[in-house]
Amino acid sequence: MTQTLPETTTTRESVVGKPVDRVDGTAKTTGEARFTAEFSHPDLTHAALVHATVSRGRITAIDTSAASAVPGVVTVLTHHNAPALKSPRKVTPTDLSTMASGTSVNYLNTDEVHWDGQPIAVVVAESALAAREAAALVRVTYETAESTVDFTAEEPAAKPQKNNLVMQGSAKKGDAEAAFTAAPVKVDRRFTTPPLHHNAIEPHATLAVWDGDRLTVHDATQSIDWLRSHLALRFGIPTRSVRVIAPFVGGGFGGKGFIWAGTILTALAARATGRPVRLVLTRESVYRTVGGRTPSTQRVALGARTDGTLTSLIHTSVTRLGRVGGTPEAVTSQSKHLYAAENILVRQNLVELDLVSNAAMRAPGEAIGTFALEASIDELAYELGMDPIELRMHNEPERNPIDGKQFARRHLREAYRVGAERFGWADRTPEPRSMRDGRWLVGMGVASAFHPSMLFVANVVVRLSVDGTVLVHCGLQEMGMGSATVQAQVAADALGVPVESVRVEYGDSTLPMAPGAGGSMQTASVANSLLAACEKLERKLTKLGRSPQESPAAVLAREGLPSLEVSVGSDTRLGRMAGQLRFMSKFLMDQRRWMKAALGAHFCEVRVDPDTGEVRVSRWTASFDVGRVLNAKTATSQLKGGIVMGIGMALAEQTLIDPRNGRIMNPSLAEYHVPVHADIPPIDITYLDEPDPTMPLGLVGIGEVSITGVAGAIANAIHHATGKRIRDLPITLDKLL
Amino acid sequence: MRTFSYVRAPDVETALRTIATEPNAKFLGGGTNLVDLMRENIERPDVVVDISRLPLTGIDELPGGGVRIGALVRNSSLAAHPLVRTRYPVVSQAVLGGASAQLRNMATVGGNLLQRTRCLYFYDEASACNKREPGSGCSALGGFTRNHGVLGVSDHCIAAHPSDLCVALAALDAEVEVESTRGTRRIPLTEFHHLPGSTPHVETALAPDELVTSVELPAPVTTRSRYRKVRDRASYAFALVSVAAALEVRDDTVTAARLALGGVAPKPWRATEAERVLLGAPATEESFRSAAEAELASATSQDGNDFKIELARRTIVATLRDLLTDRSAA
Ligand SMILES: Cc1cc2nc3c(=O)[nH]c(=O)nc-3n(C[C@H](O)[C@H](O)[C@H](O)COP(=O)(O)OP(=O)(O)OC[C@H]3O[C@@H](n4cnc5c(N)ncnc54)[C@H](O)[C@@H]3O)c2cc1C
Ligand code: SF4
Repeated sequence: MTQTLPETTTTRESVVGKPVDRVDGTAKTTGEARFTAEFSHPDLTHAALVHATVSRGRITAIDTSAASAVPGVVTVLTHHNAPALKSPRKVTPTDLSTMASGTSVNYLNTDEVHWDGQPIAVVVAESALAAREAAALVRVTYETAESTVDFTAEEPAAKPQKNNLVMQGSAKKGDAEAAFTAAPVKVDRRFTTPPLHHNAIEPHATLAVWDGDRLTVHDATQSIDWLRSHLALRFGIPTRSVRVIAPFVGGGFGGKGFIWAGTILTALAARATGRPVRLVLTRESVYRTVGGRTPSTQRVALGARTDGTLTSLIHTSVTRLGRVGGTPEAVTSQSKHLYAAENILVRQNLVELDLVSNAAMRAPGEAIGTFALEASIDELAYELGMDPIELRMHNEPERNPIDGKQFARRHLREAYRVGAERFGWADRTPEPRSMRDGRWLVGMGVASAFHPSMLFVANVVVRLSVDGTVLVHCGLQEMGMGSATVQAQVAADALGVPVESVRVEYGDSTLPMAPGAGGSMQTASVANSLLAACEKLERKLTKLGRSPQESPAAVLAREGLPSLEVSVGSDTRLGRMAGQLRFMSKFLMDQRRWMKAALGAHFCEVRVDPDTGEVRVSRWTASFDVGRVLNAKTATSQLKGGIVMGIGMALAEQTLIDPRNGRIMNPSLAEYHVPVHADIPPIDITYLDEPDPTMPLGLVGIGEVSITGVAGAIANAIHHATGKRIRDLPITLDKLL
Repeated sequence: MRTFSYVRAPDVETALRTIATEPNAKFLGGGTNLVDLMRENIERPDVVVDISRLPLTGIDELPGGGVRIGALVRNSSLAAHPLVRTRYPVVSQAVLGGASAQLRNMATVGGNLLQRTRCLYFYDEASACNKREPGSGCSALGGFTRNHGVLGVSDHCIAAHPSDLCVALAALDAEVEVESTRGTRRIPLTEFHHLPGSTPHVETALAPDELVTSVELPAPVTTRSRYRKVRDRASYAFALVSVAAALEVRDDTVTAARLALGGVAPKPWRATEAERVLLGAPATEESFRSAAEAELASATSQDGNDFKIELARRTIVATLRDLLTDRSAA
């Protein structure tokens, strides 16, 4: 037997920041990586959903005879025969997992219909085809009730959003209305944005297996821990009786952050049939049962002196919730932080409709809020006859505009300087319609990107073995961002071992609890705990008399120890509650002290066909101030992805909800237009790599920042090309005719 | 999708016999439209007759300079064929403007002719639709109509025909050859598709037991032809408006013009009014504009597709202008 000798020296180059290849790259390209729909189980059955086709009412009759007669059908579950489920709980700050429920509906335990698309029956069959065939044969009669589904019609009746600990519905500094009235130069504009859907390439999928009162689910989820607590709650079993497995998730963008009907009903169907059940939602079922981004109407009013100094910034919004749930989206968030306006007023209003709850979608709030704000700033620049970057720099704040807090870090000036140089902003002639390329009208636009940074509790266990390998255990989720890769880099640097010798195990609720992959906080939160764990390990090694030249493994070899293990955070019920409380108090203190955010500057060039109004984005440069970058490769992908999604939002994407009945009419990728390759130009990503001194390793989250500002930059470029201001997304060609 | 039985036809005769004897049977070409519609429960055949292996895959030159295209030629082979690319560039461009590479590799010429509308309400079993269920109403009226027609529509149905290929074929005076156990006949492409009137469920002149065997193109009046497709993203979207045009100009006067529109009507729309205006007119932007105005004079619209009228006019002018510039370049 040969034995590799542990390395004896710890002087090695840092891997944090390097473009390290994804640890799961090979598994994904060879198809070895298994996604939820690819897991099977002996005796597996398959499910399909039946959706309500009215927006509000009561089921008076449900005929399942034809469905049951389809060969291979095991059962058709309806509110008549489905096992009882506990209702979702009201949201409480002491248990954040109560936020997990997508809606408040107790599926198949009620005859009430709350939105067009609500699942009202589940077919379980020996094959997915049989289940789907049968699902189409279920006949339902309703007693319909009056419903409100038309956002545009209901929007004027919106009510102010209340402030709470985590979410601000309104904020002000000074008297913005008076300052606006008095301002010599002003713009006052109204913007509208449509509902959107996430469209992760992997549809939501669940495989549920019961063993007595123990439940195992494979699920395409962004929130392993929340899902586990939520399932326990709904089925009335202890949390420890639920296991959630999600090694790979094919994109989520927020759509897999909450727990929707499909997951619950798969577990319910498995309970009812006593057999394992797998449900892979059709694309249509994803649209009908999973919420998406809220539509919005927004007003931005800006007042300035003739030198460009902002005296007033007003940003108000209306968004919607479902009557059965949903969360307000922080549409005006960036408007409190981006500009040093002397007076500021932001106010968010909400309207409840008989539609499925809205759900967080990449930068919920800021993605659409930056569109309105950044387009308005551009309009003001033209009113003032100023360069739009110059106007921004003129109003660049020293302290957080709304409350005077210190910025943890802010290098937006530098981001603009670097971006402008790479993009060639100096070559732009400011006059609209002044640049051409053959028949195409050419336009260039800029906009700022903004997303707040946060941390959450994460538990980790780190084990160092005598063979020099390091094993990190953390129940984090990998949706394609490269989570395991970057955490391996963090551990490698912290312990001074090669990155190849670190293995990260994740995607399973039997591992220490991690926060959901959302709010751009998973990476920094896990890194935070991982660093603490590595420090603990270092202390143990020091106690064992480690000399500076000695590698960690060499210490173990010398001491005759097979391995050394440390943990951060406790996964007991009490431990988790304590962790959450500690976190909440730290979070609030931190919030009081610092304003932390990821920032950036987008530069885009568009071409517009003067005959047809077709818009092509032809160049993109984005320059980010996002703290320390962990991995140049995965970070660039993440930042590019947000821009691609933003281009879709700006030019094409729109969920068509029929205002007459609340029914989604384009629940398919043929009719919901996400960008295709030909829509995306080469994207030049650059970042300043200035660490944030208040965050672990100087990291700030980068999952969402890059989608913010994109639509604003495009709208501004289109104005530059054509002289037209389009304030209504998506900017389709008919609006430019 | 409902359970159905599947028959693979080894030859044309078997295909025709099967379709004639099975009361609710459908031919399967590339399946890119039929299978989608079966999944949505819009098409519900009991028997699917797979014709994809029939030997109707040739592209042959005809005496007199025309070309005969087999009904089972894949869209991608059609677009790439040298005869098509050199004599009928508009056909090649139209095909390449449609769908995606994967779909074009599967889709057949016959299937493309018979693909059904993309009206969102037609695709949704829960919505009323006169085309799916005669007499049930038209949900598109008052609903989302961005991909609906502005020419040749009726109060019963305003759906547009989605094909790109057919628009080029309509401009070029193509003829469709069809066969059944009763014999063979030829239908001009411009008469192959029906306007909805009060019977939107009757979409074509094809009888249920007839097989499209080929499409014939006469010798081109000019090889100066072009397809312009305007859509909601750079690729992989149906036309909002498309224009197939061929233009011959001598001494600055139009001596021949072929023009058809897509995305704006229940059938590939041969723009005969515009052609009339163009023939003998000076080859100027002004004439192009009058031709476009004439063609769209009878257009009617909904809130959601009103822009198509102006967009169609502009696209016609732009396409003709491009053809003219090409000429000066040549
Ligand atoms: C996402 C998507 C995007 C698309 N985009 C475009 C686009 O931009 N432009 C465009 O033009 N098209 C587009 N298409 C449509 C595509 O071109 C058609 O689906 C295709 O041409 C149909 O050909 P097929 O051979 O697959 O037909 P099938 O699906 O096999 O058949 C369609 C119909 O034709 C009948 N049929 C087939 N062959 C014959 C025959 N020889 N004789 C009699 N009946 C026959 C079938 O019974 C069936 O009713 C798109 C399709 C999809 C799914
Ligand atoms: S336009 Fe035609 S296809 Fe669409 S709903 Fe109306 S009748 Fe049906």
